[in-house]
Amino acid sequence: MVNEATGSQAPVKLGVENLSIHYGSEAALEGVSFDIREHEIFGIIGPANAGKTSFLKAINRMDMFNPDMKIGGNISFSGHDISKVRNVYGLRRRIGVVFPLPVGLPLSVYDNVALAPRLAGQKDKAELNMIVERCLTRAALWDEVKDRLDSLGSMLSGGQQQRLTIARALSQDPELLMLDEFSIAVDPVTTMRIEDVLKELKSEMTIILVTNLVQQARRLADRTAFFLEGKCLDVGITEDLFTGEVSDQRTRDYVEGRFG
Amino acid sequence: MFQATQINRKNLGRQKLFRILLGGMTALLILPVILILGTLIYKGAPVVSFDFLFSNPTNGMTEGGIFPALLGTILLVIVALLASVPLGVAAAIYLSEYAPDNWFTRTINLAIINLAGVPSIVHALFGLGAFVIFFRFGTSILAASLTLAIMTLPVVIVATRESLQAVPMAFREACWNMGATRWQTIRRIVLPNAVTGILTGVILEVSRTAGETAPIMFTGAVFFLPFLPQGVFDQTMALSLHLFVVSTQVPEMPEAVPYGVALVLITLVLMMNSVSIALRMYLRGKKKW
Repeated sequence: MVNEATGSQAPVKLGVENLSIHYGSEAALEGVSFDIREHEIFGIIGPANAGKTSFLKAINRMDMFNPDMKIGGNISFSGHDISKVRNVYGLRRRIGVVFPLPVGLPLSVYDNVALAPRLAGQKDKAELNMIVERCLTRAALWDEVKDRLDSLGSMLSGGQQQRLTIARALSQDPELLMLDEFSIAVDPVTTMRIEDVLKELKSEMTIILVTNLVQQARRLADRTAFFLEGKCLDVGITEDLFTGEVSDQRTRDYVEGRFG
Repeated sequence: MFQATQINRKNLGRQKLFRILLGGMTALLILPVILILGTLIYKGAPVVSFDFLFSNPTNGMTEGGIFPALLGTILLVIVALLASVPLGVAAAIYLSEYAPDNWFTRTINLAIINLAGVPSIVHALFGLGAFVIFFRFGTSILAASLTLAIMTLPVVIVATRESLQAVPMAFREACWNMGATRWQTIRRIVLPNAVTGILTGVILEVSRTAGETAPIMFTGAVFFLPFLPQGVFDQTMALSLHLFVVSTQVPEMPEAVPYGVALVLITLVLMMNSVSIALRMYLRGKKKW
């Protein structure tokens, strides 16, 4: 089944070519090249300091807010070179991001989810109500918060805040959803619920799942890349990393937990 | 089993000693405040009345009230605020949210800190040179207030910058990641959560502005005016200067009058401070994360 999903030649959503990221003189990522196809869940695994988070930041052009961050090589989003995109805000609106630690903005639950549409100029009350309900429902949070949409999002529990963050990312109606170790501060039950949500979302968008839980990548990702010390050592169908051919022995060692 | 050893006893003894020592120091701190307030109330309260607050001084200021000075101080503070708050808040937002960390912004930060350390008499002379003479405002409320504004700018900037930076970075990053511009992020997330802190800083500035004497002496405040100021280009009386005058410059001044003036001034300042404290407590109660 996994093979079927990736064997299809779906159009390339995100093309990465010889990408390098430097902070000052220190390299965070070097020589990374692969394509991420539409409607796949693309896993990225690897230990700390492997450059996974920097990779996500580069896609979202966060270098704009960090003068130390230098991006080399080429990233294309739906065929457009993102370093040449004039309207980076428009680019970021098409990309939803979920962080390791939940960020409930100090606004009401409703305003948290309505923020992105409002930033994009949506003012129609009925339309906003619809977006908020739809996104909260899809993030498996609606039932828990529908009676207190006015309470502060930052006061929800950690697991709820993380689902709120996902609802917020979905409110952008993103073409690409990037999750950075989303389950780090979330209990196992919530993690499973979110994983189910991701499986459903796959039909509507492309998902990049950065995770340090190897088994999570195995459960969800169609293809997975293994990052180590700023290099991408392996990219392939996820199951192959566990049982098939690997191009670097260290990949197999890592997924089998032989080094950490 | 739990018998104290030699070392335990020594530590316990020291712990007691230091608790008493540190507590004593704190008590010493409160003493001057109590003495000042007590003296002022004891000696000044008898002269403070409705008439004292709301009538003009008469008979070489030995009789009558302090209304022109009270009104003058309030006017000076308001005009100073109108100048320093927009300027200071804007500068703080720029420094906190936009400015890159380079030699230029570091120089500005250094300048702000130094500005806070300039003695008020130097500010007074600067105000005299710049506003009274160069900009031809004359000795006026405008010149005096601008001098006060410049003197208190660092307070506004530092207070604003600190309350902006108390808003977690993660909130900004979440906003940027969803395609918000810097300004959208500031307006929707950063400022609403910093505004109470900024207000606290502004109120502290007010209380300082109200008490200053030197900066307004050369720039707009006068000993005595037979009429109330009609506009910002008029001179004015002010409580702080009035206190100086009635304490030192007028022979045969009834002893209670300076205490009364001081009491009014300090009450004004304390009222401002308590608004600031109340605001801070309210803020703490409504903490959003």
